[in-house]
Amino acid sequence: MTNTDLSAAPGPGASPPSSRRGARLGRRMRSLGGLLLSLALTLLGLLLVTFIIGRVMPIDPVLKVVGERATQAQYEAARLAMGLDKPLWQQFLVYMGEVLRGDFGRSISTGHPVAQDLRRVFPATFELAALGTLIGVCVGVPLGVVAAARRGGWIDQIARVVALVGYSMPIFWLGLMGLLLFYGILGWVGGPGRQGIVYDGMVPEMTGMILVDSLLAGDWGAFRDAFSHIILPASLLGYFSLAYVSRMTRSFMLEQLSAEYITTARVKGLSERRVVWAHAFRNILVPLITVIALSFGSLLEGSVLTEIVFSWPGLGQYITKALLAADMNAVLGGTVLIGTCFVALNILSDVLYRTLDPRAK
Amino acid sequence: MTPLLSVRDLRVSFPTRSGSFQAVRGVSFDLGRERLGVVGESGSGKSMTGRAILGLVRPPGKVTAERLELDGESILNLPERRMRKLRGARISMVMQDPKFSLNPVMTIGRQIMESYRLHSGQGGQAARDKALDMLRAVQIRDPERVFDAYPHEISGGMGQRAMIAMMLAPDPEILIADEPTSALDVSVRNEVLRIMDKLVRDRGMGLIFISHDLNLVGQFCDRVLIMYAGRVVEELPAHDLHAARHPYTQGLLNSLPRLDQPVERLSTLQRQDSWRDADIATPLPGGL
Ligand SMILES: Nc1ncnc2c1ncn2[C@@H]1O[C@H](COP(=O)(O)OP(=O)(O)O)[C@@H](O)[C@H]1O
Ligand SMILES: [Mg+2]
Repeated sequence: MTNTDLSAAPGPGASPPSSRRGARLGRRMRSLGGLLLSLALTLLGLLLVTFIIGRVMPIDPVLKVVGERATQAQYEAARLAMGLDKPLWQQFLVYMGEVLRGDFGRSISTGHPVAQDLRRVFPATFELAALGTLIGVCVGVPLGVVAAARRGGWIDQIARVVALVGYSMPIFWLGLMGLLLFYGILGWVGGPGRQGIVYDGMVPEMTGMILVDSLLAGDWGAFRDAFSHIILPASLLGYFSLAYVSRMTRSFMLEQLSAEYITTARVKGLSERRVVWAHAFRNILVPLITVIALSFGSLLEGSVLTEIVFSWPGLGQYITKALLAADMNAVLGGTVLIGTCFVALNILSDVLYRTLDPRAK
Repeated sequence: MTPLLSVRDLRVSFPTRSGSFQAVRGVSFDLGRERLGVVGESGSGKSMTGRAILGLVRPPGKVTAERLELDGESILNLPERRMRKLRGARISMVMQDPKFSLNPVMTIGRQIMESYRLHSGQGGQAARDKALDMLRAVQIRDPERVFDAYPHEISGGMGQRAMIAMMLAPDPEILIADEPTSALDVSVRNEVLRIMDKLVRDRGMGLIFISHDLNLVGQFCDRVLIMYAGRVVEELPAHDLHAARHPYTQGLLNSLPRLDQPVERLSTLQRQDSWRDADIATPLPGGL
């Protein structure tokens, strides 16, 4: 964007403010189109990769269907029925069509359609990751900001240790210790799983996220029970998210606090709180949102260990089990889902970036 | 009559591994309702002097002085809370490059209103009117548009005018202008300076104009301090610049190109170690 000396160009050449805002909007729409195109290509690439993986794996999908003792004729019939005799590009188109319709085939280990399995396990993981990220952000962002504003002070030192521990502590061990202490000894939280036996299947399923569903049903008992089950694993994930988010927040803030416009803000006589929050913090929102989205994405895909320790029936467990059972439909379906989540997070942070940063083209 | 600002033996030091480094080493001057130029090469401590006056030297930097008085009251190392009441309201500063000194994600209008509201206690509408008035005062012809613009949408000259409008909105008594035109296009420099000069004189303010450009300072100031290595080496009225006695000032003058006396080669500045600690060439008025 070129700088125009506004007062130097008044008169007929100058456009009224509304048309300038219109131009801004037009530019944004156009680049939004570009964004959508690149995302479509990303998804296409993802499908291509999962398709190829599905074909090159040394697992014969036909054999998986017809069984080891089928005759040659039965085998051939199944092969034709599955369309495996067609050229690869046709097979890919068929695969794409199926995925777009939400059809990932049947899982050989559960016997259900993969899509149905994913609808069941994904909300569990989503709920856990969302609460974990919420905890990480609510604690990590203020901690990082204060650590930067009082660099070298005691809060900064504490934040450093907290993050270091978060990076280096094995989650398996931390989870077991947490269960032992808060569930086994203190009895403050619910044990493994998402719900106590009493409430199992009692809440009508709407979103699949029990916290949300129990609220929608107005069932406080079920909500409290679900909360007492999720709070420990979510805190654990939240701690890891906090470690990352607070460090990134701190370094973004340090960079902004040394900028000239901060000196300007101080020259004006603003309070330190206003300097830090209204000026510096406002300037880190954009990169911070990317960091938060990344952190959320990594909790979505990477909470396998937590899910195992807490017997959490989520996506991580599902994919791991499928992988061990060579259940390719389930693995690929889960992979496509996680990939789609990352793409969605990308869109979200990009849209927020466009709305929050006036310099965004 | 007490001067607006009185500075005696101002020192700013930073701890280093090998002892402490003094960026300002005993600067003294008085400022009335006048335009005082501060000239010196890069690193001579001009900016640090300005920041020390505003109480903006951050730890571990340390400020000491025999006297640092605003209207007869000491402002040396005031508690932060009291210093904040003075900053912006009574002493203000315009910095070098509006590209960096304006907040990129806040509209110009909001940035101007912010300081005015803080110090005047006025509400939103009054602050908006004041901001538009100030934009007009710095001769911006379409103030409404600039008011709603973000810093990246306006030129450097426009940004610096907005900066001046912002810093003068709460009616301070003293403005420190730290190389306010060094980052601007040559074509708009004089205009911005004239605007600032007019506002400062109309309001009867004291101006400390920091620059490394002796010509500009001679043109826009009443009195000039020449700084070298953290000290004032010479002080003289702007119209007597050609009569400078200190060899450093003479060197500065000789290294300027002149239309009336073209020379083959401009002389380069030769520095001498003795300048660092020698007494100033012209004693301050009042027998300092
Ligand atoms: N935070 C700091 N720590 C140590 N030295 C500094 C710091 N800030 C500035 N200085 C030093 O102080 C001296 C004076 O700087 P400054 O006042 O900015 O010079 P000028 O504005 O005249 O170019 C320079 O030598 C600079 O390196
Ligand atoms: Mg400087």
